[in-house]
Amino acid sequence: MSMPSCSVSYNSGDGASWNSGDGVSDQFPVGLRVLVVDDDPTCLMILEKMLRNCLYQVTKCNRAEIALSLLRERKNGFDIVLSDVHMPDMDGFKLLEHVGLEMDLPVIMMSADDSKQVVMKGVTHGACDYLIKPVRIEALRNIWQHVVRKRKDVWKDFEQSEIIEDGERKQKPLEDTDFSSSANEGSCRNSKRQKEEDEAEEDRDDTSTLKKPRVVWSVELHQQFVAAVNQLGIDKAVPKKILDLMNVPGLSRENVASHLQKYRLYLKRLSAVSPHHSGLNNSFVDSISSLNGLDLQALAATGQLPAQSIATLQAAAALGRTSTKSGISIPFVDQRNLFSFETPRLRFGEGPQPQTSNNNKQINLLHGIPTTMEPRQLAVLHQSQPRPQILMNAQATSHGSQSSSSLSQLSQPQSRPQILNDANGNHLSKGMGSGGFARNEEVEKNAGAAVYNRVSQPTSMVDFSIPQKADFLGNNFPLGNNSGVSSITSKGVLQQEVNSEMKGSRGFIPSYDIFNELHQQRSHDWEIGNVGPSFDASRRGNRQGNINVPPSILVQQQRFSSCQNDVMNRNTSVGNSPNLGQLRDTLLMNNPQIVKAENLPAASFQNTIFPEQFNQEDLMSALLEQQEGIGPVMNDFAFDGYSLDNLPI
Amino acid sequence: MLHENICEKGFLDEQFVQLEELQDDDPNFVEEIATLFYRDSSRLISNIEQALEKSPLDFSKLDNYMHQLKGSTTSIGARRVKNECTQFTDYCNAGNGEGCKRTFQQLKKEHSTLKKKLEAYFQLARQIGPVETACRPK
Repeated sequence: MSMPSCSVSYNSGDGASWNSGDGVSDQFPVGLRVLVVDDDPTCLMILEKMLRNCLYQVTKCNRAEIALSLLRERKNGFDIVLSDVHMPDMDGFKLLEHVGLEMDLPVIMMSADDSKQVVMKGVTHGACDYLIKPVRIEALRNIWQHVVRKRKDVWKDFEQSEIIEDGERKQKPLEDTDFSSSANEGSCRNSKRQKEEDEAEEDRDDTSTLKKPRVVWSVELHQQFVAAVNQLGIDKAVPKKILDLMNVPGLSRENVASHLQKYRLYLKRLSAVSPHHSGLNNSFVDSISSLNGLDLQALAATGQLPAQSIATLQAAAALGRTSTKSGISIPFVDQRNLFSFETPRLRFGEGPQPQTSNNNKQINLLHGIPTTMEPRQLAVLHQSQPRPQILMNAQATSHGSQSSSSLSQLSQPQSRPQILNDANGNHLSKGMGSGGFARNEEVEKNAGAAVYNRVSQPTSMVDFSIPQKADFLGNNFPLGNNSGVSSITSKGVLQQEVNSEMKGSRGFIPSYDIFNELHQQRSHDWEIGNVGPSFDASRRGNRQGNINVPPSILVQQQRFSSCQNDVMNRNTSVGNSPNLGQLRDTLLMNNPQIVKAENLPAASFQNTIFPEQFNQEDLMSALLEQQEGIGPVMNDFAFDGYSLDNLPI
Repeated sequence: MLHENICEKGFLDEQFVQLEELQDDDPNFVEEIATLFYRDSSRLISNIEQALEKSPLDFSKLDNYMHQLKGSTTSIGARRVKNECTQFTDYCNAGNGEGCKRTFQQLKKEHSTLKKKLEAYFQLARQIGPVETACRPK
């Protein structure tokens, strides 16, 4: 069958002619396009045979990355995904999240493990169903129901999105999607729907008919979405405004609303899964960074950033990455979340010294993050949207469109530059001023190019993940808006790199590229490679656990350390406020870590994908080269997640 | 008959029957699966063997290997081998290295016994032709 390439497409199967508009054809579910992913060749072959026997159209692959790239290549080419839980290259749940967010396809998990926790994990991550091996053909015969159900949910999302818009009832829609599994579906949904329907009656006018064409959220579209959300700010991102900003013909508010809901849910899940690296962290970080440097103290006082953490941060900074990374990075991440939660707006650099604020935030993050963050993070999560997006948003908000651009960049090298421009432009103009802005542009160019190059390498997974990561990196750098505090320095560095056109890939993209490269390598190069030998060791270890956070942070640290010097110089050149300077110094020390931490958050969620892809070393070098007005960048950098966005400034 | 023998004795379970039922148009399907299984499982078994020789034992790694092995053994319906896998996992979770090693020996035995039986089975099946399935309960 031909796959529609436009963003809004009707879901049609190859063999069976089921058009979303008309419902399913008589032949359904014959020809259901199934993608089955399992690293075990025996199981894979058996499943393929069984699915063929059900008259489904089967594509099998034994690696999650390949699966993701396949899904991305053929945007509308599959109806459902079956994935094993335990896979060597990528955790099945991560794949599940990616698919849910990027392609919005129903995903069924499989495993020989039938323990309750694992099954619960599948459910909470949004799996439509969970099959215990050995999988019987009878179980496979009915998987089509999930496809139909999912389509129906999409419509419901529209309705819910309206409700959210009005009453900001994010929970509802989220809950609704959560109950996508067959178990809860019926009752929960119905009750929810009812309530929502009652409440959203007024706004119903938009939801004309239930049978809406299924919108495929392509990478570009998603990036546009993220850019719009970032521009508006996570808090203020309502579907209507997002829709207006995106200005995509054929896209309805319901589409946006449902996607927004998913995004938020995704972020929430991510933060719940790995507090360290949740995207929220990034967003938070951004917001935090926007806080004044002075706030740092206040923040510390609030308990978010215990003084100790600051000390640790500094220490970490001093250490230069390896040692403190794990410790710092994580706290950093957490803090960010907290912060972002609190001051998502701040990111826009509204504070007197956006840079300083960033720093402060960052520092704070480091300090209190581990302990205080968790609850906050969750809170933040709620606020923030899905991680990837949040990162972008966060960055975007503070940095402007950077984050969004970074995201978009990752996935689409070409498109990235554009987005960056937008993001950067917005961002920069807001917080940073001309300096930042200029950088963004440059960054964008570079980023675009760089990203492009890099992106092409990684697998499809990278696309998705990278953007996010990239965003982070980008944010870090370009974000410059954020205070010039140390965190900024890191960013600054990045920004600088970005700025320099030559870097091309360096600038905004460096983060991407690095990730891409890393990703491709699959080794934890991203984390390790960039950082340096010391990191490698730590990274690997980190990767396992908190890994998400530390590795990225570490890497960043490395970068920052080199960048720091540069940044510091740059910061001064940038003209960050004097206060910031002091903070910066301290932050610089800390920033490296912070930055990294931030990166991690972004990375964490993508850890699997990005860390490997991005070569921090590249980034670092890029940054170092650029160091020109990195100051503001630093802020971004701290965010890590956001930093990417910042970069494109 | 070899079929009854192989199923009654519990070497293979219902899952194997399912596989046989699947191979409507492809008479060699089950044999291919079995070959694939043995190739993959032998690799896993040697990995486990190496891991068991290390000291101290890395139980999480062993558990990981065993989980992979269990996945394919259940998919092919190798009941006895699967039981040993479960036993091994229990010992692993309890941190019982000796228990693991003992069970592993059992596992290897079952694994190779099944292999021989399957080889004989397929040989016979080829001679007889796709007439009957192995253990379908009547």
